[in-house]
Amino acid sequence: MMVSLNLECMERSGCKPMHQVTSEGITKTYDKGKSFAVDKVTFEVDKGELFGLIGPDGAGKTSLFRILTTLLLPDEGKAAVNGYDVVTDYKKIRNVVGYMPGRFSLYPDLTVEENLNFFASVFGTTAQENYHLIKDMYSQIEPFKKRKAGNLSGGMKQKLALSCALVHRPNTLFLDEPTTGIDAVSRAELWEMLTKLKAEGITILVSTPYMDEANLCDRIALIQRGRILSIDTPSSVTRKYKGKLYAAKSQSMYRLLEEIRKYDQTQDCYAFGDSLHFTLKDDSGNGIESLSDFLTASTHFSFDLREIEPTIEDCFIGLLRE
Amino acid sequence: MKSMAAKQLSALVGKEFRQMLRDRKSLFMLVGVPVMQIVIFGFALTNEITHAKILVEDYSRDPVTQRIVDKIQASTYFDVEEGSLMPDALNVAFRKGQIKLAVVFPVNFGSSLLHLHRADVQIIADASDPNTAVTLTKYLSSIIADYQMELDRTSKAPLQIEPEVTMLYNPELKGAPTFVPGVVAFVIFLICIGMTSISVVKEKELGTMEVLLVSPLRPALFLMAKGLPYLAVSLLNLIIVLLMSVFLLDMPIRGSIVLLLAESVIFIVCALAIGMVVSITSKTQQDAFMNGQLNMMAPAYLLTGFLFPVENMPLPLRLLANLVPSRWYYIIVKDIMLKGMGLQSIWKESLVLVGMTVVLLWVNTRILKVRLQ
Repeated sequence: MMVSLNLECMERSGCKPMHQVTSEGITKTYDKGKSFAVDKVTFEVDKGELFGLIGPDGAGKTSLFRILTTLLLPDEGKAAVNGYDVVTDYKKIRNVVGYMPGRFSLYPDLTVEENLNFFASVFGTTAQENYHLIKDMYSQIEPFKKRKAGNLSGGMKQKLALSCALVHRPNTLFLDEPTTGIDAVSRAELWEMLTKLKAEGITILVSTPYMDEANLCDRIALIQRGRILSIDTPSSVTRKYKGKLYAAKSQSMYRLLEEIRKYDQTQDCYAFGDSLHFTLKDDSGNGIESLSDFLTASTHFSFDLREIEPTIEDCFIGLLRE
Repeated sequence: MKSMAAKQLSALVGKEFRQMLRDRKSLFMLVGVPVMQIVIFGFALTNEITHAKILVEDYSRDPVTQRIVDKIQASTYFDVEEGSLMPDALNVAFRKGQIKLAVVFPVNFGSSLLHLHRADVQIIADASDPNTAVTLTKYLSSIIADYQMELDRTSKAPLQIEPEVTMLYNPELKGAPTFVPGVVAFVIFLICIGMTSISVVKEKELGTMEVLLVSPLRPALFLMAKGLPYLAVSLLNLIIVLLMSVFLLDMPIRGSIVLLLAESVIFIVCALAIGMVVSITSKTQQDAFMNGQLNMMAPAYLLTGFLFPVENMPLPLRLLANLVPSRWYYIIVKDIMLKGMGLQSIWKESLVLVGMTVVLLWVNTRILKVRLQ
């Protein structure tokens, strides 16, 4: 069945059978077509790839995930998971994917163990059958297996939710903002887990508003207002950054921000961590010296300017500017 | 595949049971409310009755009986049906619930009154509803007494018509028999709707519906699993109420208990299915509560027929009452418990209930969405 589907796919459009998830011009509108949640989104995810959907809240990540997991019907476009169409073959998709919604979606009044066993049974399997997949993660919450899921900490809730989404050994995993609202240690542990699952051959789509997590993905799609701004490996995305990026530091950051923004050759300046990032209209190399002169003339405090390598977030901001 | 469905079902049912038993407060309400209602409704309510069906068996057929029948007919309380004078007609009419009251004039009623100055008349009432029976008997007696006074004015000697009253089914005129079937129907109906009306919408609010949708679980199986635990609790509820009725309120169960339980299962499934429809179509648990409890309360209360006889209502309300399942169940329970009747007498009501249940279950499988929204 699978083979014939893939052959058909190759004959028709020459697409590679490697793609585990495809989306062609997927569009979803709300309020009777007035607002676009997802706007002509096209991308592919290869088998065994860890693919990140990076964008702020309201960018359309959840809507796109819901379309791919067959929960919503797209208004336009075609999408497939595991070779199955999301509209016509939705039942088949539901057998082979694992889905973890953005909101905690387990039964708070059932214990950790009961939740896991329940979701295993729903998929016609048992927690024991695929225990090796969830072992690393579940062993961390196993001491609390008799505790109600509602009483777990945020990080543990996510680990349990991921365990439940994995218990039937899906070949494709959709994780909608799994690291939102949990502590830094749990975040790191969750990403480590995703890398391990990838090694098991599971295709993973993960969405996140945190740009710093993008580097942990094989490829990323930057998404804003329902549109994909760029799709590439994290390193290519930063390499493709147009122009030069500078960082500035001083004792008085707010004054510095004001002054740099006042400078007529400044293209963009924004706070980034403990420094300022900015770009100039003149990228020839003299621009930074002119700015330095301008700042020395107008202020009386010391500052430090230098060129830096852009991060994913800088790229995102750069793409938004275009 | 079949074993998978069985596995899924048992997992779902197990989960539902756990959730139900852990929610102590709600569970207490589910079982406590019917018990409370039974006690509260111990105070019988009086009400005025109009256009009650009365059967006249006139073996005398003389001007006097004709005059009395005319007077009965003229009052707004009664609608007269002429009897066939067949030996068993009266019993049959009562058992079928076609009449509330019967009056029997013996042979030579008129001549006995005119010549002997006294005559007997028999009044028979269906006392399975004692309030109605007593009220109707009083109305009828006063009509006869009125006529007697009329005759007295023209007669030389004082006349006397002796009414002989028989209360059928419930000769002691106990209050309990009338309210127990009503409360059983009313309370079980509302509780069942309440139980399932939050069941599906709760999963929507929790977000677990989203996860369950992206799974091989079939919608029909999901609904079945939602209903089964509540069916069990409702049956337990019903048995508690029946035990209370028998041992606390001296209420008889004259008919077959098996039949009563079987009819109850159908009725409970019907009510659970209504709750399920409410739950599927509601957006929040609050919505579901409003739609399920508050909006259903008035129709169930007024149209079941245990407080106000449906027969006296205007046509639109009577038609509406036919759509209320508890009305049919009320008739069934009354007939089985008080009149000791079997399936052959209540098959019509049973068929209506079964029909409603099947339609509701079908509606449920149609409206449960396989996607969000």
